[in-house]
Amino acid sequence: MQLTGAEIVIRCLQEEKVEYVFGYPGGSVLYIYDELFKQDKFKHVLVRHEQAAVHAADAYSRSSNKIGVCLVTSGPGVTNAVTGIATAHMDSVPLVIISGQVPTGYIGQDAFQECDTVGITRPCVKHNFLVKDVRDLAITLKKAFYIAKTGRPGPVLVDIPKDITNQKCEFDYPKTIAMRSYNPVGKGHSGQIKKAVQMLLEAKRPMIYAGGGVILSDASEKLAKLARKLGYPVTNTLMGLGGYPATDKQWLGMLGMHGTYEANMAMQNCDVLIAVGARFDDRVIGNPAHFAEIPRKIIHIDIDPSSIAKRVKVDVPIVGNLPDVLDELHKLLEASTGVPEQKTLAAWWKQIDEWRGKKSLKYKQGKEIIMPQYVVEKLYEVTGGDAFITSDVGQHQMWAAQYYKFDKPRRWINSGGLGTMGVGLPYAMGVRFANPKATVACVTGEASIQMNIQELSTAKQFRLPIKIINLNNRYLGMVRQWQQMFHGNRYAESYVDALPDFVKLAESYGHVGMKIERPADVEPALREAFTKHKNDLVFMDFLTDQTANVYPMVAAGKGLSEMILAEEL
Amino acid sequence: MRHIISILIENEAGALSRVSGLFSARAFNIESLTVAPTEDASLSRMTIVSTGSDEVIEQITKQLNKLIDVVKVVDLSEAAHIERELMLVKVRAAGKDREEMKRIADIFRGRIIDVTDSTYVIELTGNGSKLDAFLDAIDRSLILETVRTGVSGIGRGDRILKV
Repeated sequence: MQLTGAEIVIRCLQEEKVEYVFGYPGGSVLYIYDELFKQDKFKHVLVRHEQAAVHAADAYSRSSNKIGVCLVTSGPGVTNAVTGIATAHMDSVPLVIISGQVPTGYIGQDAFQECDTVGITRPCVKHNFLVKDVRDLAITLKKAFYIAKTGRPGPVLVDIPKDITNQKCEFDYPKTIAMRSYNPVGKGHSGQIKKAVQMLLEAKRPMIYAGGGVILSDASEKLAKLARKLGYPVTNTLMGLGGYPATDKQWLGMLGMHGTYEANMAMQNCDVLIAVGARFDDRVIGNPAHFAEIPRKIIHIDIDPSSIAKRVKVDVPIVGNLPDVLDELHKLLEASTGVPEQKTLAAWWKQIDEWRGKKSLKYKQGKEIIMPQYVVEKLYEVTGGDAFITSDVGQHQMWAAQYYKFDKPRRWINSGGLGTMGVGLPYAMGVRFANPKATVACVTGEASIQMNIQELSTAKQFRLPIKIINLNNRYLGMVRQWQQMFHGNRYAESYVDALPDFVKLAESYGHVGMKIERPADVEPALREAFTKHKNDLVFMDFLTDQTANVYPMVAAGKGLSEMILAEEL
Repeated sequence: MRHIISILIENEAGALSRVSGLFSARAFNIESLTVAPTEDASLSRMTIVSTGSDEVIEQITKQLNKLIDVVKVVDLSEAAHIERELMLVKVRAAGKDREEMKRIADIFRGRIIDVTDSTYVIELTGNGSKLDAFLDAIDRSLILETVRTGVSGIGRGDRILKV
């Protein structure tokens, strides 16, 4: 059957069983929107800014393991989307972004709303395409979905000129696809896995370091099985939180710049380290030279070979799909006659418990001023630890990561790699679309929330009962912390002035607003928000301590064991 | 260390910018880059000369392999290989210089492919140092223009880069 390009786009999305498209219409995508209007197989979510469309699709994917889909127009539609695309790219989130382009004959003419979309997005996508012939459209979209989800996932953009969407051709959606230039790896090298098993069994001070790859590949159960079989300590990166249950006794907390004392000390002092879907980035291991000072054997499992031996030398690289590799590791361990030496392991745990004794996350909650950590702890209690938590970027992000104990994967949604302020609210929207019955809270700050505050309108339109936990300290808190610690207390432009009345602002959108100023009111207010206002969006403006800092802290360029602890100040 | 990296890549629009963009984004260095379609018009072959430590070169090949359009990557300099570069030089060739220029071109097995009353265009192939040596051997003030293709390379014997 002959279909127009616009019809083909819609049919492809239907074939891919897309539930939601997050987007914003404009001139070059009008034919597509016209066809979208005529169908009811999937829904369109109209955002108020294209950046939010991509963030929402991103969180839809992160919280569900489905592919997020966005639709934006040419020129400013695309450039607005770039921050969202780069955010998803840094955290390896599978998205398909469809962008309109000016008609083929206009490309390169500096036409109205024209930009070099493929050029602008090239460095922040897994791959992108410009469709120049309507006959290539279906196969290109098929490729986009395939590339986005396989291997190390990532965003794929398909740029479609307007005239293509109005031309006709025969529609045939391929069932499968093979590309000679793209063959994602599956199972890991069994020789390497054997070596890893040997190394793990001989370890005296072992450590399991698990990252976002565990979440992306749905490998958390397999990771837990392996960790319990071995009885070794586990730490998670910021992106890996929820990949191992935070309430488990083998868990040492998050590691890295704001990791716990015990996680960082164990990471630094272990003799065998197994890295599972993690990439040793600068916020995790600090200074690589300092990290290398204590010799340790490293086993590194990752689906992306370029993540291996990029920042640290690795003894046993294993390139493969995490669930497959973890399965085989477990199988070989079961079959092996060797077991970890229990006495040495007990000594290692004793050392770790001593480190735990530092209680590096403790803080003091007085009677007058609300401590931000306290709000997150109460949020954890009130939601029974079972909510989806999105965050923006800054101090509040770290406190949410430190004090909300995630037992399940895909519950913690934040921008770890790019560190994009403004993701929190659109992330909460995306989560709620993917999990229509879930409790969703967005932990944010008064600066971050204002970067996509217009989405309060989208949330109203789609009746999304998000709870916004605004830790309002009237500062760009993390900037202020660095200025205090490293720039002689000169708080250059980090004071957030001229704030709106968030209660009235929320109410003006038809939401519920609350202002909480005293510690004693924190818990009752949260209970009210999550029970009485269960079905409302509640903007909770907590006035918090302006001087609170995130501890422990490994200063940039310092070694992991050179932490600044709260008590030392 | 200097490395010669050969790439087979889908002959698609923008393929070159994906490769060159990767090098600039990751602060890898490119000494030269050549590209043209192969006998199979759907594939292009690129030769990139780069320098870097073993770790950097390992990252370069891994990152190149990660590009969706890249079919194969080989570090030619890991084993026996041949490299060649083509240079065209336009020189002043008048009076007493005319005969001398022809003689030096012959010594370097260059060919004169364009002749006017006062100029020659000399075509020369070889590895980079041979081309450099030629430029050093002639009177610099006589060079009017040079153009070099950058290195192309191929493995010796049974080393074959093909789909």
